[in-house]
Amino acid sequence: MGLLTPDPGLLFWMVVTFGVVFVLLAKYGFPVIIKAVEDRKAYIDNSLKSAREANEQLAHVKQEGEKILAQAREEQNRILSEAAVTRDRIIKDAQDRAAVEGQRLMAEVKKQIETEKESAIRDIRRQVAVLSVGIAEKIMRGKLADGIEQNALIDRMLDEMLESSKK
Amino acid sequence: MTLLLLLAVPSTTLKAETGGEGELDVNELIFGHIGDAYEWHVVTVGDLHLTIPLPVIVKSSTGWHVFSSSNLEGGKEYEGLYIADGGTNDGKIVERNAAGEEVRPLDISITKNVLGLFINSALLVCIMLGCARWYRKHSLEQGAPKGGVGMIEATVMSIYEDVVKGCVGEDYKRYAPYLLTAFFFVLVNNLMGLIPVFPGGATVTGNIAVTMVLALCTFLFTNIFGTKAYWKEIFWPEVPTWLKVPIPMMPLIEFFGIFTKPFALMIRLFANMMAGHAAMLSLIAIIFITVKAGAVINGSMTVVAVAFGIFMNALELLVAFIQAYVFTMLSAVFIGLSRVKEHKEK
Repeated sequence: MGLLTPDPGLLFWMVVTFGVVFVLLAKYGFPVIIKAVEDRKAYIDNSLKSAREANEQLAHVKQEGEKILAQAREEQNRILSEAAVTRDRIIKDAQDRAAVEGQRLMAEVKKQIETEKESAIRDIRRQVAVLSVGIAEKIMRGKLADGIEQNALIDRMLDEMLESSKK
Repeated sequence: MTLLLLLAVPSTTLKAETGGEGELDVNELIFGHIGDAYEWHVVTVGDLHLTIPLPVIVKSSTGWHVFSSSNLEGGKEYEGLYIADGGTNDGKIVERNAAGEEVRPLDISITKNVLGLFINSALLVCIMLGCARWYRKHSLEQGAPKGGVGMIEATVMSIYEDVVKGCVGEDYKRYAPYLLTAFFFVLVNNLMGLIPVFPGGATVTGNIAVTMVLALCTFLFTNIFGTKAYWKEIFWPEVPTWLKVPIPMMPLIEFFGIFTKPFALMIRLFANMMAGHAAMLSLIAIIFITVKAGAVINGSMTVVAVAFGIFMNALELLVAFIQAYVFTMLSAVFIGLSRVKEHKEK
């Protein structure tokens, strides 16, 4: 029996067996395994990609948030300073108006006082005139008891009047 | 593996001793194990021969015969058929023709190697389809397989990525099923051949018929799908014209190359596996050869033989993988060569 002469029976069975094994494995075995592995590879790649994208987005969001925060802070500062300016202006306005009003009131009061003073003076004058007329009457009555005196007075008064009209 | 080898030692010895009637025939022992047989001898303890008879399927001059090989045991004749002893048909079923000469009928018996082939193939198909089933039952989100399926996946993918993709080139996808099948077929048969007891032990890949079919497949895959550039390189290679006409020296060499490549594949696998098994059996046989030389020499030689046997078995484990790998890689390279494109400068 030569080791190098292939036995036809075994050759036949080998062809059959290997054919069956090949068909089975080529159809239901290896393609399934290879496809599963390649699908998994694609799945992992996709997952990695989306994870990276998510990370980038997260970083972006963070940046955006910081930007917004900075903007908000700036806005706040602006509003605060504006408010301060407005406040100052309002106060100043109020002060100005108060001063003007005060002056106006003051002036009015002064005018009133003036008027009242004048009317008082006028009153006093009238009173004084009345009083002096009264007193003068009484004096006159006293002094004009005699005729000489009356004449003298008339004269003097006339003199005085003349003198005042001369002036 | 080595433990199994040691367990198998008694069977080897006992068979040798009973067969050789005291005189040990190492040649017969070794080739009896490497070669094919009509029954599967498992173990012999004392006078008890434990063998698995296998069906004999023969188409002789008197028609089809299907019977158990136990009918032929011990050189008995059954339905005009018997196992030849000596001569060119030694160990094969023969019949006598009208002239009284021994002739071989058409013999497709399920021999030891055929049954081994069946068992190993069934095992391979079960493993692979089992793995494929795992993928069907698990969705992508459940992640990669662990354990056995993971191991098969890693092996499949390493062959697929490194050997098939690397050697075949562009349309590697078409050849991947064949190359992967060839790899795992050779690997499983090699490994099963290393197991010395029943389900394994048949030296399937150490048989030239098996490697011949495998090499033939590679041959067909290489040449059927060969490109125009491939055939042009064979029959009109780019060499000085005087090498092509009037004597077609280079075309002739290239043409023979078509056949020598798969032939080398066939011989390489067959010789490696056969030689490995022969070496291992020879080492074990040392123990029984030295029995006559006295207890001391026999004892020391036993230790040496077992140590070398363990070493050889470990080596064979490596060779089993390497040969499967080399066969696949060379097949892939040959297929890749047949897929060459037209040179750009032409």
